[in-house]
Amino acid sequence: MAHARVSTADILKNDMTGLLADWMSELRARSDNRISGSDVEAQATDLLKLIATASETNADVGSADWGAVRALLDDVSRTRAQQGFSAQETATFVFSLKKPLFGRIRRATEKDPAALAEETWAATELVDALAMHTVKAFQKSREDVILRQQEEMLELSTPVVKLWNGIIALPMIGTLDSARTQIVMESLLQRIVEIGAEIAIIDITGVPTVDTLVAQHLLKTVTAIRLMGADCIISGIRPQIAQTIVHLGVELHGVTTKATLADALAVALERTGQSISKVQPS
Amino acid sequence: MERIPILRMGDFLLVTIQVDMHDRLARTLQDDLTSQIERTGAKGVLIDISGLEMVDSFIGRMIANTSAMSRLLDANTVLVGMRPAVAITLVELGLSLAGVDTALDVERGMKLLRARLAPSSRNGRHQV
Repeated sequence: MAHARVSTADILKNDMTGLLADWMSELRARSDNRISGSDVEAQATDLLKLIATASETNADVGSADWGAVRALLDDVSRTRAQQGFSAQETATFVFSLKKPLFGRIRRATEKDPAALAEETWAATELVDALAMHTVKAFQKSREDVILRQQEEMLELSTPVVKLWNGIIALPMIGTLDSARTQIVMESLLQRIVEIGAEIAIIDITGVPTVDTLVAQHLLKTVTAIRLMGADCIISGIRPQIAQTIVHLGVELHGVTTKATLADALAVALERTGQSISKVQPS
Repeated sequence: MERIPILRMGDFLLVTIQVDMHDRLARTLQDDLTSQIERTGAKGVLIDISGLEMVDSFIGRMIANTSAMSRLLDANTVLVGMRPAVAITLVELGLSLAGVDTALDVERGMKLLRARLAPSSRNGRHQV
């Protein structure tokens, strides 16, 4: 095995320019206009140099000696993911190294079939491990994007607005699940404390469907608001939603409900002893 | 022994819980509060729990019970200043404290109690 390792490393060390040229022609055959040839060449050169250094000491891609190689591959995958490449295209960047590398191994071990098989196997394992790492990194960067978007969506969909003195409103948009209800509840209760709001209006115009679970979440929020010492009004109940709630047998008693946000605001103003009036034309 | 102070303000008693409650402290408070209501003939009790950061089911039940006891002794109880985290915990524990009046802070709680005690006024809107 010791012999095999040295040989792949030898090829990399002694014939890097030739290998790079062959690899680049492989890459160019698959190139498209999303990334420039010079960028690819720079990445390929860096990668070959780092692999050459790392493979001198150690053949295990997971080891610390290969840290620089893995970091470079992480970087390549991340930029490819951002540029809109698919996982396959990103992995091909590494896999296309196989052909030029195997060709050189064959030439170097022409007289010894056993050595040829051994060298080829070692090189395959190496390239596969690198490609696997690339795909993993690619997937991770995609998952990070999805996660970030989910968080942004949560933040976007739960703004608590101050409507009037002591009156806040939460226009709810999208489906309510447990995780979202928790965040909605927390941000709403927090704002009640900050503003000292006496009345909180939850507007569910943007909630597409209400099932028993959603109703239960709503009731929990209402109860928590009451425990804090504020009042809660639910507004924006569409006719279909009203029918669903009744058909489901959900009891919303003790909760003030209104059809529109305007009605809810009117009730809230009345309860807090405030009023809005038209200015008399002078 | 550690005790939670009960202050008298006119017709009302003010209990401010500033430390985290443990079970014995809660029991002592119940004893103290009921005997104070009896001795002073207080008409209203304000329990300020703005300093309370954690509740468990026992403390939650104790708050509900204390309020029920005060009502038996003819004193309205208002729970004020509950923190969001505490409210969420109580709801998740299934303790909705039905029948306990609540207010955002001591000032609003006091206003609510006064409204309750004023003979002409109807029942306050916070009652469930």
